[in-house]
Amino acid sequence: MSEAALHLPAVPPSRAGAQRVRGESLVVRCLLIAVSLAFLALFLLLPLVSVFVEAGARGFAAYQAAITEPDAVAAIQLTLLVASIAVPFNIVVGIAAAWAIAKFEFRGKNFLVSLIDLPFSVSPVISGLVFVLLFGAQGYFGAWLKANDVQIIFALPGLVLATVFVTFPFVARELIPHMQALGSADEEAALTLGASGWRVFFAITLPNVKWSLFYGVLLCNARAMGEFGAVAVVSGKIRGLTNTMPLHVEILYNEYMGAAAFAVASLLAGLALVTLALKSLLEWRYGDAIAASRRH
Amino acid sequence: MAAVLPTLRWREPSILPGFGIALGITLTALSLVVLIPLAALFLKAASAGPADIWAVATSPRTLAALRLSFTGALFAASVNAVFGLILAWVLVRYEFPGRRLVDAAVDLPFALPTAVAGIALAAIYAPNGWIGALLAPLDIKVAYTPLGVMVALIFIGLPFVVRTVQPVLEEMQGDVEEAAALLGASRWRTVFRVILPPLYPALLTGFVLAFARAVGEYGSVIFIAGNVPMVSEIAPLLIVIRLEQFDYAGAAVVATIMLLLSFALILAVNLIQAAARRRFGDV
Amino acid sequence: MSVAVTIESIEKRFEAFAALRGVSLDIQPAELVALLGPSGSGKTTLLRLIAGLDQADRGRVLFGETDMRELSLRDRRIGFVFQHYALFKTMTVAENVAFGLNSRPRRERPDAAEIRRRVGDLLDLVQLPGLEKRYPSQLSGGQRQRVALARALAIEPRVLLLDEPFGALDAKVRKDLRAWLRDLHRRTGHTTVFVTHDQEEALELADRVAILNDGRLEQVGTPDDVYDHPASPFVCEFLGEANRLPVKVVGSQAFLGDRPVLGGLSQNQGGPASLYVRPQHLRIVDDAPLSLPGVVEHLRRNGPLRRAEVAVQGLQRRLDVDLASQVAPAIGERIRLRITHGSLFAAA
Repeated sequence: MSEAALHLPAVPPSRAGAQRVRGESLVVRCLLIAVSLAFLALFLLLPLVSVFVEAGARGFAAYQAAITEPDAVAAIQLTLLVASIAVPFNIVVGIAAAWAIAKFEFRGKNFLVSLIDLPFSVSPVISGLVFVLLFGAQGYFGAWLKANDVQIIFALPGLVLATVFVTFPFVARELIPHMQALGSADEEAALTLGASGWRVFFAITLPNVKWSLFYGVLLCNARAMGEFGAVAVVSGKIRGLTNTMPLHVEILYNEYMGAAAFAVASLLAGLALVTLALKSLLEWRYGDAIAASRRH
Repeated sequence: MAAVLPTLRWREPSILPGFGIALGITLTALSLVVLIPLAALFLKAASAGPADIWAVATSPRTLAALRLSFTGALFAASVNAVFGLILAWVLVRYEFPGRRLVDAAVDLPFALPTAVAGIALAAIYAPNGWIGALLAPLDIKVAYTPLGVMVALIFIGLPFVVRTVQPVLEEMQGDVEEAAALLGASRWRTVFRVILPPLYPALLTGFVLAFARAVGEYGSVIFIAGNVPMVSEIAPLLIVIRLEQFDYAGAAVVATIMLLLSFALILAVNLIQAAARRRFGDV
Repeated sequence: MSVAVTIESIEKRFEAFAALRGVSLDIQPAELVALLGPSGSGKTTLLRLIAGLDQADRGRVLFGETDMRELSLRDRRIGFVFQHYALFKTMTVAENVAFGLNSRPRRERPDAAEIRRRVGDLLDLVQLPGLEKRYPSQLSGGQRQRVALARALAIEPRVLLLDEPFGALDAKVRKDLRAWLRDLHRRTGHTTVFVTHDQEEALELADRVAILNDGRLEQVGTPDDVYDHPASPFVCEFLGEANRLPVKVVGSQAFLGDRPVLGGLSQNQGGPASLYVRPQHLRIVDDAPLSLPGVVEHLRRNGPLRRAEVAVQGLQRRLDVDLASQVAPAIGERIRLRITHGSLFAAA
């Protein structure tokens, strides 16, 4: 049988039979790839490249001056400070929410998940506005705050509140699907072996979900440092005091200091690139763990 | 054994600890940071009184701003739906050099701060910018016009469609395509009647996410829009302007209209999705 | 309508893995053939090559006199039922069944009323009348299976191919559908090839069974043929249980140790060999010239039968003996066994 086969010629490229069962012709494929790449180049790559080109337009000395002048340094420090408060807060709340939602069955759970996702569908400007309405000079608590000499709007607390609002869902929405997919068998086994609740959490649950937690924190942090609309409303934009990096970029740009604006912007763009790189790395290496949450 | 009536519980018993504290933290934080502030917004809007609300809502400037935000978002989300679907298709089904890099790059609008995107787009599409200079001889102005608003909204909405369609496309079994081909369908018919229909619910979700994001978008738009009242002024900017004039009620009314329209839309889409799931199973 | 299928010296590799290493098979018009083999034996690959879903590296498939590659997919008219049915979930049952007819070029397409009528007839044929408006998600597994079959039959196929048609169903439904499919085939008379890893299914359904192993065809024949006269040790073991006895052939007799256990052999070649004996081919006898003495060590139930495990001197493994209508011995009893039928293969 196999001897006979040896004498048969290899199959010639066939005519009708070569008709594709799956996939498109080479022409269609190349066309679609070209359209995709052109679209991405136009809308994504070009803006990104322009940031770095414009930032370097006046030379390295100007660049260095723009990012080391006192107002810029203050803005960088403020941005780091706000993120260092808002992100840990959202980590704690996100973990608590994921534990309650993924490990227990209770009524109104789906509604609670919708509420946690709510900030995603609220305009950033509105996210800032709500705090002005509460704590602004003419807000509901404005008079009381003024009488007690507490400043929230146009000060650090307002910036933090607005940032927490817009980044509220990030950690929870990465953790919930992953923890749901893992189930509770590991935790139940540990409990029957006599471990305490905290020990179960730190020895079992947290190691299981550490990569999706990191993934959520990464996205949360990127948004916290880059947020513009919400903090623009509550900041008052006092230079050196309540100006975060994105706000500093806006002020420089509006004052026609384009090169300086792009210099500071290039730092934020760098942060975005680092975030993207880490995010992709996580997806490639720990894709299975994170896949559950990407499905949303 | 005595019959035990099922008691109405609000939660299933579990041997895992920590439910109380976890839910407590969640609800407290959610209330303080999200729910109470949003309630304050509705309260403030309502306090304006029906006549004032009507006056603000129907003022030509408000209507123009809302119209621009919603039509701009609709247009941008439509463009994103088309190109997002093509991108997802290309990323899932074709192998080409740099595919992973492209895949990673799709999320750039999520990661890049909106203000940075805003000034970059403004610089590119300004009459002396890279693309603006190319378009100027054709007498096409993008920056400082409603067209500029669309460009910014397309930028920030791009990942939503790709990221919702992609996983559905990845999980699609190859056998339905083979079945269609063996039943004599042309490739065209197979794609449009067999492969794409199961993607529509995900496509719709991505469209609505992109739309909702675009309606509320601020940072990437204001630099390129030019912000001419009645022409290229978006609704979120109008809120900021009202706020700067200390017209809290006016700002709250515009914000409330935006929120309610967005919520109604999201609710409608969720209902469509639920109906599709009931009918087609796991879509 | 149905057509002969000729498979000539098909070879197919997937990178380093040789899935098919030269398979030839003639299938008669209206024949029902089972491709049987363990997973990885190449049976599904062969089915997909017949359908034209994959291309062979060497060899060819003929439909009647025509090389399949000269026909477009539509002109091949192959009815294919996928293992997981591959129903179009956004289409109703009626739209699924009508899909092939609606895919024809406009001038060959029946009109809407005719299509509706044919869909109704096909759903009657597969015993799902009135389910036109349902969606696949609203059907049971067995119903989906039959919709997939109706959809495949709608294009009036010249060949019907089924990939593990009952693989995804539970045991009870499988049995029912088996009888139903046999009956359907008798009525419609399509040349049919189906893939299965379940030898019981293959033996019960097929006119002929083709047994694949490791990319080669081990044996093709009627169910009785392959079961009673296996061409290789693999076929013998794959098609049912068998006791293996290492024997030595001298003249016309086979010896276990120095005891003759089987006579009347026609093979001329002597030397070491393996004798395969099915449990039902061992009889307890009082005394006979060619018999094996042994001790009953276990008795157990095997479905409707009782089975004895008998230790025989010179054999490491105990022999399985079916006690169909035989008087059951007691545990520990010394008995003698006579081999009524066996398959002898020269030792490798």
